[in-house]
Amino acid sequence: MTIQEIQEEIVDEFSMFDDWMQRYEYMIELGKSLPLIDEKHKIDENIIKGCQSKVWVHAVMDNDKIEFTADSDAIITKGIIAILIRVFSGQHPKAIIDADTNFIDKIGLKEHLSPTRANGLVSMIKQLKMYAIAYQTQLN
Amino acid sequence: MQKEIDMLDVQKIREDFPILKRKVNGSPLVYFDNAATSQTPQIVIDAIVEYYSNYNANIHRGVHTLSQEATDAYEIARKKVQQHFNAKYSHEIILTSGATHSINIVATGFSNLLSKGDEIIVSALEHHSNIVPWQMLCERTGAILKVIPMNEEGELRMDIYDQLLCDKTKLVFTNHISNALGTINPIEKIIEKAHAVGASVLIDGAQSCPHIKPDVQALDVDFYVASAHKLCGPTGVGVLYGKENWLNSLPPYQGGGEMIDQVTFEKTTYAGLPHKFEAGTPDICGGIAFGVALDYMNTIGFDAIADYENELLDYGTAKLLEIEGLKIYGTSKNKTSVISFNIENIHPYDVGTILDKMGVAVRTGHHCAQPIMDFYQIPGTIRASFSFYNTKEEIDILVKAVKKAKMMLS
Ligand SMILES: Cc1ncc(COP(=O)(O)O)c(C=O)c1O
Repeated sequence: MTIQEIQEEIVDEFSMFDDWMQRYEYMIELGKSLPLIDEKHKIDENIIKGCQSKVWVHAVMDNDKIEFTADSDAIITKGIIAILIRVFSGQHPKAIIDADTNFIDKIGLKEHLSPTRANGLVSMIKQLKMYAIAYQTQLN
Repeated sequence: MQKEIDMLDVQKIREDFPILKRKVNGSPLVYFDNAATSQTPQIVIDAIVEYYSNYNANIHRGVHTLSQEATDAYEIARKKVQQHFNAKYSHEIILTSGATHSINIVATGFSNLLSKGDEIIVSALEHHSNIVPWQMLCERTGAILKVIPMNEEGELRMDIYDQLLCDKTKLVFTNHISNALGTINPIEKIIEKAHAVGASVLIDGAQSCPHIKPDVQALDVDFYVASAHKLCGPTGVGVLYGKENWLNSLPPYQGGGEMIDQVTFEKTTYAGLPHKFEAGTPDICGGIAFGVALDYMNTIGFDAIADYENELLDYGTAKLLEIEGLKIYGTSKNKTSVISFNIENIHPYDVGTILDKMGVAVRTGHHCAQPIMDFYQIPGTIRASFSFYNTKEEIDILVKAVKKAKMMLS
């Protein structure tokens, strides 16, 4: 699936919920099911700055596709990470660089995308894209 | 004070605060982030509108009527601050942009007064505002920063303070009340003991001023700082109280207009107090509105405020502790209406996010006091801080919301 298709699928899933509680309960579920990052990658260099909660991201490239793993000590943050990873993981660096993240708005999590919110989601997306740019340079 | 005045009519008081009628995420706002910023009564909002509608002008320099009116109002505000803090002279009151600005004026001013090997003492309970400027001072001067540690209850270890004080100690600075835990520090003793070894003391009153009316003369404190926005006043305004002789001996912090006596390219002489420390156009409107905010709080009365807030603190503490797995940080018997807590195995950020969804505003995180979080080895806390316009019903809503968050998150 393309990034666009996955985003639409997520928007569809979230459209089933009537209120914030269901949305958050779902996100918490997603957070709990996030495949854990390898402990050896949970190092300070992989921490994203500017978060109240700790967020670690790690990336490897396999067959021109980037695989992301991540973790956080806060479960809601983890849920959001799980969504982002579902969108970006397994994609070509170029597609990740070009992708927009407006779907976050559509699934009612806009407040988490505010650059002033101390959850680091914006920094996290930036970090995922930085990895993509780095790998894209390798490919060129 | 009379007993009947002591009784505070919270429903009537709530009418004074337009923001309390707001809804957040569909629920009535429950504002429990008062330790970060207090809300603003209509009378203060009116003063701000009145200033810009009627007599907005620059001060201390114009001969025209508006400038004179604005200058008078600003200087009346300074007098109100003087009276509130019981300073001996109104020129001992420097109006600043906030507690942070006030602390920086003093910390920078000491650059030439300290030498290598001098010691300055800070408490473990400080806000970063009362740590970093002094670390910078140490870098400039070679002075050494010593720390009064805290105990598990969140109280300062006065026995260790005694050991830290010596003839090398030049300055001691601590908050009156901790923003992260609410502990009321024994500043009378801290000041007395510092003075006994010849050290001066700066007290950060940012958190105490909303609850306690300080008397700087009785305290015999050298410097006392506060922020208007925690006292029902506007943001961007604060106070530096300094004893006259101290303010005379410290150099100006910023150069510019207002703070000069004579300027030539060969030499500039500085204005007297308080203008020496008030370079540039200040927040004139904010200063005036701050005076109105102090009047407002004094009309309600700080004894009544303290009594009522203590009642909220006791009620909130008892109710929250009924929640299994909830731990309160800062359990001193001497504390104000601040409850810092966590729920076992749940990140404070998650709880704060869910509470916000239910219209309850709390602060989460390290509260600009990372050393305290390091002491407890936690990433942060959820902090609910109550003001005199809050109610027990709102605490019930908080407790219910925390229970719900706990259910969702565990
Ligand atoms: C104890 C303490 N000191 C200093 C400050 C800084 O105040 P301001 O940001 O208004 O300068 C605060 C604000 O939270 C505080 O709680």
